[in-house]
Amino acid sequence: MATTPAALPDTRAKFIQRVRTGDPIAHTITGMAAASILAITGLLLYHLWAGSGLPRETFGWSFVTGSAWDPVAEKFGALPFIFGTVVTSIVALLVAVPVGLGAAIFLAELAPRRASDALTFMIELLAAVPSVIYGLLGIFLLVPFLQTSVVPALTATLGFLPIFQGQFLGVSIFSASMVLAIMIVPFIVSVSREVLLAVPQDQREAALALGSTRWESTWKVVVPYALRGILGSVFLALARALGETMAVTMVIGNKPQLSSSLLAPGYSIAAVIANEFAEASSQMHQQVLVELGLVLFALTVLINGAARLMIYSYKGAEK
Amino acid sequence: MTLSFRRRAVNALMLTLTGVCTTLVAGILLVILGYLAWNGATSLNLNFFTKLPAPVGEAGGGMANAILGSGKVLLVAMLLGVPIGFLGGVYLAEFGAGMFSGVVRYVTDLLNGVPSIVIGIFAYALVVQPMKRHSTFAGGVALGIMMIPIALRTTEEFLRAVPVSLREGAMALGASKSRTIFTIVIPAAKSGILSGLMLNLARVAGETAPLLFTAFGNTFWSPGWLNETATLPQMIYNYAISAYADQNRQAWAAGFVLLVLVLGVNAAARFAIGRTPARGRS
Repeated sequence: MATTPAALPDTRAKFIQRVRTGDPIAHTITGMAAASILAITGLLLYHLWAGSGLPRETFGWSFVTGSAWDPVAEKFGALPFIFGTVVTSIVALLVAVPVGLGAAIFLAELAPRRASDALTFMIELLAAVPSVIYGLLGIFLLVPFLQTSVVPALTATLGFLPIFQGQFLGVSIFSASMVLAIMIVPFIVSVSREVLLAVPQDQREAALALGSTRWESTWKVVVPYALRGILGSVFLALARALGETMAVTMVIGNKPQLSSSLLAPGYSIAAVIANEFAEASSQMHQQVLVELGLVLFALTVLINGAARLMIYSYKGAEK
Repeated sequence: MTLSFRRRAVNALMLTLTGVCTTLVAGILLVILGYLAWNGATSLNLNFFTKLPAPVGEAGGGMANAILGSGKVLLVAMLLGVPIGFLGGVYLAEFGAGMFSGVVRYVTDLLNGVPSIVIGIFAYALVVQPMKRHSTFAGGVALGIMMIPIALRTTEEFLRAVPVSLREGAMALGASKSRTIFTIVIPAAKSGILSGLMLNLARVAGETAPLLFTAFGNTFWSPGWLNETATLPQMIYNYAISAYADQNRQAWAAGFVLLVLVLGVNAAARFAIGRTPARGRS
């Protein structure tokens, strides 16, 4: 829309002509829609902050370090929830990342393209399964399976470790971690595979020409080349696991305690909000739950933000 | 030419392991689908679609009100989320450049990553608290907010995929920029944008956490838009953790119905787009 230098016509007529093309109007309306994203996110942050003023003033930082939770006596310590959220997510990653990366390598490097596409399509469908359905399967399929097969084997072989001691009642930090692992694996597979497929063919050929085996070219050349993208996918998966609510609520046991054993029941931030928010017993109780929401928000935004920057820079390097 | 035995063994072992990983992940899908289909199909009957939930402890009943409730909540969500996301996407693809667009894009991705339970708190503060009641509308607002980021990014992506030559052709014929966008570019990207919308709907249709304290749930028909309503995912949750075997069975039936809907829409939309990896979400 550069102005023509030729004449100096009536500016008002020119303005009308510009408006009649519709461009400024379309620009403004769509721009407002884009700006509303910023407004919504700002409002979200404002509500989380303003809605948790009471406990922030009363407890300060002791809120995140305290471990007593008794809404009736107005005792609120968030540590068991933060602990549960972080531990379940990390254990889930420890299981899901090797398996997911292995599958991604197979799909990107070994499988014929057509079979790889078909399998990836199926695996991506897994990512679309609603979390409440994972919870349902967790209660009736996974927990009994863990109880009859996996946990006895674990305690028999690794029972000397403190993390596998104590009685297993089914619902536990361990069960929640396994459900989370199953939920994030498709995500890791699909993103990592895409990143691996984007590695230039020359890299593989050069490694093979130098005498490396297929695995050596994959592990020492292709994977390091794609590392930043893979890490990005892991971080995104971590952020999802941290915020996952329903599936975790249904199998974690909902018991606010700190336990060194993974086999013991626990609680997570998202789960306590889901369970107690609707029936909060007091103003303070509700605001405490909002503050937990704020903690969760901060945690996921931090990790998401880092992951996005990692993936952006990776995409930038590709261009 | 000879490789050491160790290197060959490692090669064979690791490559086999990657195959095992793939089998494991694909196997999980089959187990999930199989188990759910078996339990769901055997628990499903016509009453499920036509009857109201039976009182606690009584056998029978259905989830007709929850099915309708889910539909109403999704309609509100769509009316709120799609226009904002779509127009914002048009802006980023066609008008936006520079700092502002970069910030919007980044914030959109962050908003997409906010846990759904936190969105639930937000919708509660935004709608339920001022109106002093749980409602279909509040649930719709929660899901609508969740739809915005994906609607925006998919719209932007499919608009960007429209070849520049089409735009240049329209402009060369004297069309203004906005006319080019609305009569040439958007129609060219229509099927992609619509498929993205279906994927987006399928995703929020299964969301439970943001509905727990917005739509809340009930056991009867919910009149209008400003009363609490049952939804399918929330019923699955309540019935799954229930102590009554009959309610557990109905949870399976509801889970089966929900999964068929969600995966059916997913498969159809992906087929329409062509092989598009989970772009909206990544």
